[in-house]
Amino acid sequence: MTDLRKSDRLIKLGLLMIAFSAISALFVITLFIFEQGGPIMFKYGLKSFIFGQDWYPSEKIFGLWPMIVGSLMVTLGALIIGVPLGLATAIFLAEFSSRRLARILKPVIELLAGIPSVVYGFLGLMFLIPFIRENLGGPGLSVLAASIILGIMILPTVISISLDSIRAVPDCYREGSIALGATRWQTVRMVVLPAARSGILAAIILGMGRAIGETMAVIMVAGNAAEIPSSILQPVRTLTSNIALEMGYAAGEHRQALFATGVILFVIIMVLNTIANLTASRQGKR
Amino acid sequence: MKETAIEVRNLNHFYNRHQSLKNINLEVYRHEILAIIGPAKSGKSTFLTCLNRMSDLIPGARVEGQILIDGQDIYRPEVDVVALRRKFGMVFATPIPLPMSIYENVVYGVRLAGKNNRPELDRLVEDSLEKAGLWNEVKDRLRISALKLSGGQQQRLCLARILALKPEYILLDEPTSGLDPISTMKIEDSLRRLKQNYTIILVTNNTKQAARVADRTAFFLMGELVEVAETEIIFTRPTDKRTEAYLEGKFG
Ligand SMILES: Nc1ncnc2c1ncn2[C@@H]1O[C@H](COP(=O)(O)OP(=O)(O)OP(=O)(O)O)[C@@H](O)[C@H]1O
Ligand SMILES: [Mg+2]
Repeated sequence: MTDLRKSDRLIKLGLLMIAFSAISALFVITLFIFEQGGPIMFKYGLKSFIFGQDWYPSEKIFGLWPMIVGSLMVTLGALIIGVPLGLATAIFLAEFSSRRLARILKPVIELLAGIPSVVYGFLGLMFLIPFIRENLGGPGLSVLAASIILGIMILPTVISISLDSIRAVPDCYREGSIALGATRWQTVRMVVLPAARSGILAAIILGMGRAIGETMAVIMVAGNAAEIPSSILQPVRTLTSNIALEMGYAAGEHRQALFATGVILFVIIMVLNTIANLTASRQGKR
Repeated sequence: MKETAIEVRNLNHFYNRHQSLKNINLEVYRHEILAIIGPAKSGKSTFLTCLNRMSDLIPGARVEGQILIDGQDIYRPEVDVVALRRKFGMVFATPIPLPMSIYENVVYGVRLAGKNNRPELDRLVEDSLEKAGLWNEVKDRLRISALKLSGGQQQRLCLARILALKPEYILLDEPTSGLDPISTMKIEDSLRRLKQNYTIILVTNNTKQAARVADRTAFFLMGELVEVAETEIIFTRPTDKRTEAYLEGKFG
């Protein structure tokens, strides 16, 4: 009896320590990034750091604006491609396909999330880049290529989360609507989608988080020029690519500037995550 | 004499191999309230869903026999099912307002049919809520979410919502089973008023309710129609012993 209680207490203590170390690891990482990247931002001025147009680290010119724009363009592009496709798939699987088909397809789609990003990048390089170069012009390595690859990469996230939230809409809403003389499609559009709205929003925001954080595949297909692209067929560099490409050889202030890039990325992702959590908790309340 | 509105002939219904309705023959008269009573699982709900072909939506469900409405079989292949469902208003046991405002709930079906004229919709909303006995309680807050109403109000909203579609028939499946006595009374009052213009079929697990509102009552048992007659006759001198046993509370 007392023995049991003792081991119970030990287990509780152990779990507490594990949880604590996990949280403190996160905390330490955050602190480290800010400690490394913070000072240089203030040394050169927050404004010129964020809005500076030029990135010449060897001459100590650190303007991150092209990369910020690049990340946002590529992420937006990924959403424009991935969200309609993903949402349409989720609607089809939840409302119009046979249950058997959905049971087979859903795990397959979730498997897509497990393919390493370097493979997506490689496929893009092999097929997509030549296709864009030959048919649309430009170097092929471009905003468009990165958007398409990322759009495909966020599909599993968008599909599985919006599918779950569409399925969570009680059947009685559908029956009520159909009994009022609505067709299946009208029911989906006017009742099911609005009811699943916040879950779908969360799916989009999590997909967005995935797109903005992705590095390897983007480096392989985006071209990585550190300037604001004049069209979607021009190369682009994202914040994550900026870090990954230069970390290997950077030293001194250059290195710190890369950490500062991390700080900016961190802030952007925090904002997105907070929005996702807020919408998810609103969904829970209803 | 009474005019026949719906004629059910040799209706059988199956869920896969399980037979849920057995050779039902029944007439429903225009502008009457027909109550359907019977113990749980006797096929009452199934019978209602056969009438507006909601039964089509359940995988594995199958219907045999005929249901004639205005002399036409609704199970003919060329029947427009959506148009058919519009002739029937259906109210379920649990009130299920759609997740939108009171106003939008009432005009939902009408908007689907393509009507969008604002003054016309306003009039329709007032008229339908009035008929369902809800207008006075909600007229100042038509824009709030329908999910904020009480259960009894939600159920009357569901009634208003189908009245807005100007159906010919109203099907109610245990509409008051989750409601308090006062809400129940309000619904029953509405039904009595509505029967002047509508043909009403009311499934109820409360035999007293059938006695209170129905012109005729049908007794279902294990998928069979045991008997159907004037409500007074069913309750005072039923022909079948099983009806009598049920009314005395011997089963169900
Ligand atoms: N979706 C379904 N799939 C398979 N069988 C069903 C389904 N719905 C009902 N049944 C079966 O059909 C029979 C009749 O059910 P029904 O719901 O019509 O009865 P009911 O008289 O409305 O009962 P209750 O008073 O419980 O509502 C029951 O045996 C039931 O188990
Ligand atoms: Mg039932």
